[in-house]
Amino acid sequence: MFILNHLWIILALPLAGSMLTLLAGRHWPQKYVNISSVGFVVLTFLSYCELAREFFNLNASQIPWIGNYFTWMTAGNFRVDFALQVDQLTIVMVGVVTLVGMLIHIYSIGYMAHEEGYYRFFAEMNLFMFFMLTLVMASNLVLLFVGWEGVGLCSYLLISFFFQKKSAADAGKKAFITTRIGDFGFTIGILMAFWTFGSIDYKTMFATAANMPVEGMHQWGVLTSIGLLLLAGAVGKSAQLPLYVWLPDAMEGPTPVSALIHAATMVTAGVYMVARMNVLYSHAPAAMLAVAIIGGATALYAATIGLAQNDIKKVLAYSTISQLGYMFLACGVGAYAAGIFHLMTHAFFKGLLFLAAGSVIHAIGGEQDMQKMGGLWKKIPWTYATMLVATLAISGAPLFSGFFSKDEILFAAYAGPNANRALWGLGLFGALLTACYMFRLIFLTFHGKPRYDEHHVHVHESPKVMLVPLVILATLAVVGGWFALPTYWGGPDYFKGFLTPVFNSSWELASKLHPAWVEPAHSLEIEMTGIAVLAGLIGFLIAWYLYIRKPARPNKLANAFGPVYKLLLNKYYVDELYGAVIIGPLIWISRNVLWKVIDLGLIDGTVNGLAFLSRESGSGLRRIQSGNTRSYAAWVVIGAVAVTVFFVWMVR
Amino acid sequence: MAGHNYLLTVLTFFPLMGAFTLLLLSGDDHVWIRRFTLFASVIEFIMSLFLLRGFSLADGGYQFEEFYAWIPSLHIHYHMGVDGISLFLILLTTFLTPLAVLCSWNSIHEHVKEFFAMLLVLEMGMVGVFCALDLFLFFVFWEVMLIPMYFLIGIWGHGRKVYAALKFILYTMLGSILMLVGILWLFHLSGVAGNPTFDLPTIVSMLHNGQISLPWHSELLLFLAFILAFAIKVPVFPLHTWLPDAHTEAPTAGSVILAGVLLKMGTYGMLRFCLPLFPEASHRAAPIIAVLAIIGIIYAALVAMVQTNLKRLVAYTSVSHLGFVVLGIFVFNSTAMEGAIYQMLNHGVSTGMLFLVCGMIYDRRHTYEFSELGGLAKPMPVLCAFFLFACLSSLALPMLNGFVGEFMILIGTFEFHAAWAIWAATGAILSAVYLLWAYQRTALEKVTVAKNENLPDATPRERLILIVASVVIVFMGVASPLFTHRMDATTNALLQQVGDRTGYTARHVAPQAAQPTQHELALRSVTLERRAQP
Repeated sequence: MFILNHLWIILALPLAGSMLTLLAGRHWPQKYVNISSVGFVVLTFLSYCELAREFFNLNASQIPWIGNYFTWMTAGNFRVDFALQVDQLTIVMVGVVTLVGMLIHIYSIGYMAHEEGYYRFFAEMNLFMFFMLTLVMASNLVLLFVGWEGVGLCSYLLISFFFQKKSAADAGKKAFITTRIGDFGFTIGILMAFWTFGSIDYKTMFATAANMPVEGMHQWGVLTSIGLLLLAGAVGKSAQLPLYVWLPDAMEGPTPVSALIHAATMVTAGVYMVARMNVLYSHAPAAMLAVAIIGGATALYAATIGLAQNDIKKVLAYSTISQLGYMFLACGVGAYAAGIFHLMTHAFFKGLLFLAAGSVIHAIGGEQDMQKMGGLWKKIPWTYATMLVATLAISGAPLFSGFFSKDEILFAAYAGPNANRALWGLGLFGALLTACYMFRLIFLTFHGKPRYDEHHVHVHESPKVMLVPLVILATLAVVGGWFALPTYWGGPDYFKGFLTPVFNSSWELASKLHPAWVEPAHSLEIEMTGIAVLAGLIGFLIAWYLYIRKPARPNKLANAFGPVYKLLLNKYYVDELYGAVIIGPLIWISRNVLWKVIDLGLIDGTVNGLAFLSRESGSGLRRIQSGNTRSYAAWVVIGAVAVTVFFVWMVR
Repeated sequence: MAGHNYLLTVLTFFPLMGAFTLLLLSGDDHVWIRRFTLFASVIEFIMSLFLLRGFSLADGGYQFEEFYAWIPSLHIHYHMGVDGISLFLILLTTFLTPLAVLCSWNSIHEHVKEFFAMLLVLEMGMVGVFCALDLFLFFVFWEVMLIPMYFLIGIWGHGRKVYAALKFILYTMLGSILMLVGILWLFHLSGVAGNPTFDLPTIVSMLHNGQISLPWHSELLLFLAFILAFAIKVPVFPLHTWLPDAHTEAPTAGSVILAGVLLKMGTYGMLRFCLPLFPEASHRAAPIIAVLAIIGIIYAALVAMVQTNLKRLVAYTSVSHLGFVVLGIFVFNSTAMEGAIYQMLNHGVSTGMLFLVCGMIYDRRHTYEFSELGGLAKPMPVLCAFFLFACLSSLALPMLNGFVGEFMILIGTFEFHAAWAIWAATGAILSAVYLLWAYQRTALEKVTVAKNENLPDATPRERLILIVASVVIVFMGVASPLFTHRMDATTNALLQQVGDRTGYTARHVAPQAAQPTQHELALRSVTLERRAQP
């Protein structure tokens, strides 16, 4: 019971690593930095293992297990405790964060070895772990927000890690500000939640919400409002439509950062939050529908952009946005467990994809443009093999982890209690595109003829310290799905069963709200799986045809569909649109109207004008100001006498 | 508490003694002038910590009270006291003054002795303002404080320093004169009621038990006289244009004190005078003031965003942040009010730190223009790290101080008027925009100006200043209950006097409800008798 009684240790370890490395690491050799920062993350993972072991010995009545440490804020009837909690959802999330985080830390030892600011990188990565763990272990909404903003800070710091590059500095700022726009909604959501429930503790909130009536689809009630406001925060943090624009730019950061923060963990915070708030959302069907629509639309939308990108990391970034869309879709149709399951498998295979991409970039000397790669598979076989595994997983090839999680989502969208066939269609088409752009990436990078200068670039396989995490993640990308072997496969679906206590009330409520809904037959599930696999296969075949069979075809296609291709290549011009419609005018108005006209012209002009007027009219009085000290003194005495007389008269 | 009877007097006049002693030193002995000033201000800070030891959490009234006749013929008393509102403002003052001294260590070259003497006189004025409970005494301190500030800007400032100093003093004097009229009017009213006095608690209780009856329009006029003075000081939009000039041209120590403490006197005055003296006018004017505060939050943030001068940018952020404080005061609930008081302290430390960093950059480059900066994180990684930290504190990152105050204000405001809270919360987005952009233009990207390539990083003295400020920022971000618990009793008492929104309506529906009981009246007459005796 040691860790359960001292939950803070899990947070304190990465924080200590971060502080130690940050304050002392500047003049350390890299070895010491590794010991202090990677060491602390390994310790964090070990204490997680112990936590999980202890957790499985708890009775159901002891869950959620809460550790309350100190009161953080209190004023009037408002009170926030620094309290952590552990339940099944936390166990899954902390597991993903610490395991993937540890592997990526180890990988970074090799990847970052030649970079300036080595200690800073690791200090900030550790700090990220601290905030991410705070986010998932918080037992109230405000503490969750602490982690939420904290990971945003670390994301900012690490995206602009190469701060001398303007693009990196811009990207970091953009990420922070865009997510803050979402967090504006999130903040209002918290305010409203406190106003509604009188507390921001999960326990009180959920207990109160559970007793509130379910709000109808057309009724804009308080729970719907809270749900939508919190969703705004999730949309920002998890890079969904319309606030996704920061994530592709975030690829300016070092690749391990993209893997850990902008693929595996931080960006999933929005999904975690929606799942955590499932009681609220299930009482607000309109908010749920919004979650589902945003998810489904983003899943397809980002996938289309992914088709036309040439930067290997940008493809993966859009792929991340798209996959996060699937998770939102899952939550939106009430399949929270499926959403979290996809979150986990995605953390494995997308983390792996980024790390492998990093290995490719490392091998080829920093090049990220896939048009300048090709034929690499022989030279970096380990990287190739692991990346292929991850691609199969994300494309939903049978028995790979992504296959199980994505199928579960699509099935819930098709036949769950909150089924929405239109969104299922979007998701299915997205799955086709996913396979297509992912195999495009594989073919362009590893197959075909080399398109780089073979005389100057000496392709080399990465060191073991980078390959070992790749192999471990590849293993997980395969077997990670087997925990959730669906029942029709004869599997027990451990995963869903494990999370049942967290999502059960929402599930029961959904069944109650849809009395006509019956549990679909296994045969339907098998059919649906077949359709999904078929979609993936078609996607694969298209990629194969275009990039292996007829490598000249893509250019012809691009020319034939010029406008469409250009639209995709330029990401639908959304960045330009935001710039022209929001940012540009805001700056212009602030500078030319608010500052120059109102502040300097109107207000200051009035004041200075008054001063001028009074100076002119006062010139007649100038004679009094003779500069003679004695006459000044006389005036002072006269004034004092006058005031005194006034007082005496008044008080009389 | 017997031992603390003179603590406030000592705290107020110790800096003045320090200033006089300083005058005895030779004007050329810069080293000892600095050391002595630092010593005096640190001693002052340590002494002010004794306030914490003697302060009772349960008492919502004034503590450490001192009451003597000062000018009996005019019924002016020397009445000092602190409560949960002023306690931490005094600590903020005594905390920031040593930092201001330290940051001026090498940046003042002319009239060094006078400069440090002015700082100490200023400290006396500030502590006095927060302690004074007699209207006249308050006014004296209020005016006394202006003089050193005027000279600090006018003599040791840079750029258009004389223009800035004059603008500062004229704006403030305009407000002061109105306030003086208000004070004299109140004095007159108390005289009419048969007990002429400048004593604030007495006047408040006379107003509340009906001894002074104030027609509605008179209350409004009086309220305006006071609120205008304070609104200029805060400053509330659109009375803010003195501030960017004064801040930009002031020396670093001046900016730190100006932003850290002087602005708070406006919001302090609203809490201390406007609310308890004129509750009805406060309630009626609240929507207007709150809307002006919100306009200030957004407007100043937008204007800050497009500044081309780092220090002017930071100056505008003060207008934006103080908007939150004013909003928190005028929604009349304890969460927002404690948030507002807390935010006063937070702003003092965070913006103080921002100005300190600006000053350190100025010491090296003698400019605040963004076009001359850029890429400084390369030559000065430590200084820029602290700069970023100050920005994060200012943009209300959770676990740092700014978040706590801002969040409490928003929570309280939302209960009162949801739309206000929503509008105010947009300030959180904008603060990220202008601060991170400012940071980028100062510290990130490539060094573009050759002079910046080999700038020295923070010296040990500068590190000390920045570390102290950072520790306080983290401490206040994590341990807020240590502060807010000491405000609870006072804010509750104040809100009871003012009435929250429902209480206010009740007072008008049933005037009897506000009538004091016999017991209360008896208690009050005892207090009055005690006060009347010299």
